[in-house]
Amino acid sequence: MQILRRNLTAYGFLCAALACFTVFAWYPMVREFILSFQKTDLINEPIWVGLDNFVTAFQDPAFGEAWLNTLEFTFLALLCGYAVPFVVALVLNELRHARAYLRFVVYLPVMLPPIVAVLLFRWFYDPGPGLFNQVLDAFGLPPLAWLDSSSTALISLVIVSTWMNMGSATLIYLAALQNIPPELYEAAELDGAGIWKRIRHVTIPQTRLILLLMLMLQIVATMQVFIEPYMLTGGGPENATVTVAYLMFQNAFTLQDYGSAGALGMMLMIVLLVFAAFQLRLTREDKA
Amino acid sequence: MISVGARAATGGKRGRRRSPKPIEVQFRTIVSPHQLNSRWGRRIYWVVLVAVLVLFTLAFVFPLYWMVTGALKTPEELAQMPPTLFPADPTPTAFFEAWDLFDIGTLLLNTGYYSLGGWVVCMAVDVSAAYALSKLRPMFGNVILGMMLATLMIPAMVVLIPLYVTVVDLGLLNNPWALWLPAAANGFNIFLLKRFFDSIPRELIEAAQIDGAGAVRILRSVVLPISRPILGVVSIFTIVTSFKDFVWPLLVMTDSDKMTISVGLSQTAGAVTQNQVMGGLLITSIPMIIVFFIFQRHIMAGLTAGSIKG
Repeated sequence: MQILRRNLTAYGFLCAALACFTVFAWYPMVREFILSFQKTDLINEPIWVGLDNFVTAFQDPAFGEAWLNTLEFTFLALLCGYAVPFVVALVLNELRHARAYLRFVVYLPVMLPPIVAVLLFRWFYDPGPGLFNQVLDAFGLPPLAWLDSSSTALISLVIVSTWMNMGSATLIYLAALQNIPPELYEAAELDGAGIWKRIRHVTIPQTRLILLLMLMLQIVATMQVFIEPYMLTGGGPENATVTVAYLMFQNAFTLQDYGSAGALGMMLMIVLLVFAAFQLRLTREDKA
Repeated sequence: MISVGARAATGGKRGRRRSPKPIEVQFRTIVSPHQLNSRWGRRIYWVVLVAVLVLFTLAFVFPLYWMVTGALKTPEELAQMPPTLFPADPTPTAFFEAWDLFDIGTLLLNTGYYSLGGWVVCMAVDVSAAYALSKLRPMFGNVILGMMLATLMIPAMVVLIPLYVTVVDLGLLNNPWALWLPAAANGFNIFLLKRFFDSIPRELIEAAQIDGAGAVRILRSVVLPISRPILGVVSIFTIVTSFKDFVWPLLVMTDSDKMTISVGLSQTAGAVTQNQVMGGLLITSIPMIIVFFIFQRHIMAGLTAGSIKG
């Protein structure tokens, strides 16, 4: 009787969360699956079309490019967004002055709404009076086309993305570095390890778990990049910055083809889930 | 490696040179205190420090400086090449123009209303769920928690379209609940809150039970007062996230008098002059910069709260 009462009160407290999760988190995952086998424009009754949506998605000339761009973006963003914050955190951890200022400043862009960063950089990238070309000019270098050339557009997006996101990764690494027991460094030093060896044999093994975790989080975050191509390039020039998320958005909200957008979403979800499972296994093996 | 004392002695040749103040070391890091205070260690340290300071200021403060001064320049001065480092004749007219052109008053009010409303809904839903899962421990509680955490593995962008279709089906377009309810289904908040509630000693709860307190009373008088730190962290992150959000409000709040500030700016930015855009961006940034100044400690603590032990 008491158990029943306790369960009733507990579910009373839980019911709001259960309703929210059911309607706005669990059901949409199922709905994605259903959507990808239907043809629907949200006005007429949906029709079942089997695998048609997947075929349409595959036949879209931008499909291959979108995946390649997403992979390239993820790779470049990892080079910048993964390695740079770690190195920055290593250096910051060594400094004994102005620590509060540096931490404040590196996290400042994270606090700004992304639209601010994106519109600000859109102006910096302006090939005429934009800041970047003016700086290049001041150093006597030739101007770049930045967002207007298919060879530099993607890397320009990566720069914006790194600028506005690297603060949180840096601070997380910094906290992890401060948790390393100092005795380990002293012991390594006694054994004659130089600075490079101390980093390799003490710092990296000690922060390995957080490094792995952040790798997974960052890949998942960058694979769904959207606001940068949406606001800065519109997928151009010549589809050089069409990402999967952008293509999905366009299919749904420009072409009103929710089915093929759903199919793209399914593919992206599967890729990310496979990746997440792989990472989970890696971390587990790491512990064992 | 020359010790500090020996260095002072050799320095004596060039007159009375004070031995420099050693760099203070409160905690041991990769470079040892000894190395750091050696002659070369000290030089390298100051060079690196200055380089990092300059680099960080250029990379993270200068763009904001350029935004502020950009808003203070006239369009003619902005088009000038090479650009001026300081505005020749700073005028704040761009701010007032931006305020009117973007209708920033309405947009800010909307965004503030959505953020605060979302915060109330989110806290009510997530705190009670975490309390139930942590202290009342119902049947299948762990299964439910697991399923809630599983949603964290699915990136937001991937379920964007089915979520949108669901909201359309429910007729919630242009209704603030379309922002609030999906935001309340936040597995990470529930995880953080539950982990904190788990650390509240059982005896405290039992003592309250003996005094005849019911579940609601215990939540209000025992659990919530103790949990202030974590409630603060979760609150700040909920409000900041919803203020910054772009894609979801872009889809569901489409009426121009119901837009959030981010969406409003993105829609009008192409039609106004550059200094007006910068004025708009600056006005948009100010609330978040103020929040960051006030709650800096909480934000930095919260950033590491979830990840370090996870």
